[in-house]
Amino acid sequence: MLINFDDERPIFIQIAEGLEDAILSGAFEEESQIPSITEISVNYRINPATALKGINILVDEGIVYKKRGIGMFVATGAVEKLKQKRKEQFYDNFIKKLVEEARRLNISKNEAINMLERGFEDEHRN
Amino acid sequence: MSIEIKDVTKNYGTTCALDKVSVTFENNTIYGLLGRNGAGKTTLLNVITNRIFSDAGEVLIDGIPARENDEALRKVYMMSEKNYYPENIKIKDIFRWTGEFYPDFDFEYACSLADAFELHLNKNVKSLSTGYNSIFKAIIALSVNTPYVLLDEPVLGLDANHRDMFYRFLIERYSETQSTFVISTHLIEEISNLIEQIIIIKKGKIIKNESREELMTYGYTVSGKASLVDEYISDKYVIGVDSIGGLKSAYVMGQLPKEKTLEGLEITKIDLQKLFIKLTDN
Repeated sequence: MLINFDDERPIFIQIAEGLEDAILSGAFEEESQIPSITEISVNYRINPATALKGINILVDEGIVYKKRGIGMFVATGAVEKLKQKRKEQFYDNFIKKLVEEARRLNISKNEAINMLERGFEDEHRN
Repeated sequence: MSIEIKDVTKNYGTTCALDKVSVTFENNTIYGLLGRNGAGKTTLLNVITNRIFSDAGEVLIDGIPARENDEALRKVYMMSEKNYYPENIKIKDIFRWTGEFYPDFDFEYACSLADAFELHLNKNVKSLSTGYNSIFKAIIALSVNTPYVLLDEPVLGLDANHRDMFYRFLIERYSETQSTFVISTHLIEEISNLIEQIIIIKKGKIIKNESREELMTYGYTVSGKASLVDEYISDKYVIGVDSIGGLKSAYVMGQLPKEKTLEGLEITKIDLQKLFIKLTDN
């Protein structure tokens, strides 16, 4: 999990996204324990309140849940939920930006589509 | 549970070091006490801990007046830049003495920190370098377990590795003890993610007392071609400008505009250090 302090986005959002990435990649499996607030805040040298705020986003969305006196755990079905959420954000986060940048550089729609296809092919080859 | 400072004034001759300062340090919070040299940070901390007496006003620690009151003062530990320890004494013995006044001082923990920082307990205070002087005092501050810990320039002379270790131990302690930490420092950027609440003091007056998040929404940076920036900021409250060639960056006070992409202009958040410089500039 990487936190970039120069990033425009608030740190608590980055904490939430970092944990989401780890859950999506399987690093934290469903029903397994995630790092504690203290572990996260000590590791990134951030205020525990910031770490808590990040984790609370995931609690509110039902991605993680609290086991009293033990810690935070990844909920069953979290991966599916996250994939759904990320798909919904895909257009806003990636496609809109892609089109914006393409316009700035006068890349035509066809050129952009070709590049997209190339991207998928390269990915396939690797 | 708090340290309450009420209308505290302190003059040194004709210089007013603190001008009717009122501020409260709440329980279980990390504060950043920021100000330029001579702004009154150390004077404020010294007044709280009875090292100097104010000319007017009072300090209440958990509701009890702090003036010449050992019971109240036992709740507060101050790590100061100045060394108040006798010089011909071994560090180990100072640790023991600290335990006499602060009964919750954790001797074992202090020794483990000394070990982590490679500070030898049999050394005399006199023989310590600037960096190790800070380390030795910081170790005490992290081990006293008082409800309030005031840190005046805690990382003075520490190298990057030791500063990083200090921040890590600080958060660990904060998580475990729920103590309140007040950190006065010049290295704003380094502690900006640690602190929750920021108090900015300028010429003996508190000019800001806000959560870090609130303070960061006070302003933003807009940069781009000078003529475009000038046009954009013409109706805005600008606290400072940096120019390089035809490029300009303006620091604007106010909420970050919602519409992110203004043609040819880049809008970014303002960093705490810049905001601080602009707010405290004369």
